[in-house]
Amino acid sequence: MNAMRRIGAMVLRYTYLVRRSWPRILELVYWPTVQLILWGFITQFFLTNSSWLAQASGVLLAAVMLWDVMFRGHLGVSLAFFEEMYSRNLGHLFASPLRAGELVASLLVISTIRTLIGVGGAALLAIPMFGYSIFGLGVPLIAFFANLLVMGWAIGLVVSGLVLRYGLGAESLAWVAIFAIAPISGIYYPVSVLPEWLQVVAWLLPSSHVFEGMRAVMFEHTVRMDLMLQAIGLNAAFLLAGCGVFLRAFRSARERGLLMRVGE
Amino acid sequence: MNRTAIEVLEVSKRYPEVLAVDSVTFEVAPGSICALLGGNGAGKTTLLSMLLGLLLPTAGRIRVLGTDMLRHRYRVLARMNFSSPYVDLPQRLTVRENLTVYARLYGLPAASRRLDSLAEHLDITPFLGRPYGTLSAGQRTRVALAKSLLNEPEVLLLDEPTASLDPDTAETIREYLREYQRSSGATLLMASHNMLEVERLCDDVIMLRQGRLVDRAPPAELLARYGRETLEEVFIDVARDTRVTAS
Repeated sequence: MNAMRRIGAMVLRYTYLVRRSWPRILELVYWPTVQLILWGFITQFFLTNSSWLAQASGVLLAAVMLWDVMFRGHLGVSLAFFEEMYSRNLGHLFASPLRAGELVASLLVISTIRTLIGVGGAALLAIPMFGYSIFGLGVPLIAFFANLLVMGWAIGLVVSGLVLRYGLGAESLAWVAIFAIAPISGIYYPVSVLPEWLQVVAWLLPSSHVFEGMRAVMFEHTVRMDLMLQAIGLNAAFLLAGCGVFLRAFRSARERGLLMRVGE
Repeated sequence: MNRTAIEVLEVSKRYPEVLAVDSVTFEVAPGSICALLGGNGAGKTTLLSMLLGLLLPTAGRIRVLGTDMLRHRYRVLARMNFSSPYVDLPQRLTVRENLTVYARLYGLPAASRRLDSLAEHLDITPFLGRPYGTLSAGQRTRVALAKSLLNEPEVLLLDEPTASLDPDTAETIREYLREYQRSSGATLLMASHNMLEVERLCDDVIMLRQGRLVDRAPPAELLARYGRETLEEVFIDVARDTRVTAS
């Protein structure tokens, strides 16, 4: 009960932050919308020039929106954590009864809210603008969303842990990490396109299974449970690793006295 | 009832390059106000950080209100609080929002009432609605003090509590802290460079030099022991290791 109250307090803290700044609210929906519009027009062009795309016209739009779920999920965690470092607030937070695990839980909650607002807005805009509704994916959409969100959380926690340990100089990892994963996640093309050795790496990522699963639903109208289960299993490992890295970094920060010294 | 509010036993903190705290042992009695005095790099802030569990000691044991801070710090953190110029609050949140978040983190049942009462006593009511980042250094110090008093802590750790305050406001804050200590029976441990403040406020003084505890006594006793008129002179003696004893 106390833990829930403290997690709620931290969610309130991040809500205050977003609520007080209209550029932050705008930014939540701006990038997903820009991405959607770009890929929407690319889709419209290729519909008349690609037999592959013509089989499932929304595949690129679905891909860009689901990719954004992972991207926003990751940024939702790492940017919220960076806020504590920018404001040199970690000392106050961890001198309070707040536990590291509770801070992590609050980061995950705020990440979910930010992702729902950002990607939800783009998904709704796609309906009148391009005549495509991602909600047409049906129940599997929930599994795709959840899996990509969890993978985004895991990456966000690793990046936050590294920034806690190595300081804000490592902040650029937030962007590097996610864009390094994008080419091998099979977002816009099947994993089979990749060189064989890279396919091995790709299948270690939950995201590859999700995007292959998405194409199976859209092209073959089948739900690939094997891919789904593999994504869930990998995500469990990713999330455990993410939490582990963050908590290890927290311990290291306590050993090195970083909680009182971090800042801009 | 614990015989000691704070118990520090053979505590050391070693960084790769420096021994910041070297086998320090002391106790602070419940309901007292104790000062940590020492020059820059004496280990005051390091000790306060270890007392809060923000920094892990390399060796030694720390107990606060009878609780082992290395093993069970979460049992006691709700009964402690601190204020330090080395940490800050979120700049973009208003003062009220910041204090509300911390009131919830500390599990205050009547947060709003407590917040308004503190705001009145520390004279921060006029800027409760302003973003913390727009406040002057002195105003921030008062807000940090309000945060540190939110949960009516039994143990309050203060690092330079009146830094950046004008003499009048600093005196008001000292009176408030003294009154808070009297009425609540809380234990206060403060690091300060303001010798006048220490003389006026503290029952006991712990002198540190280069991470080691070099002396400890009530202010009047220290003056007598060093044959000095003011604590500032005692401080300089200790910092320069040029003790001129009266005895």
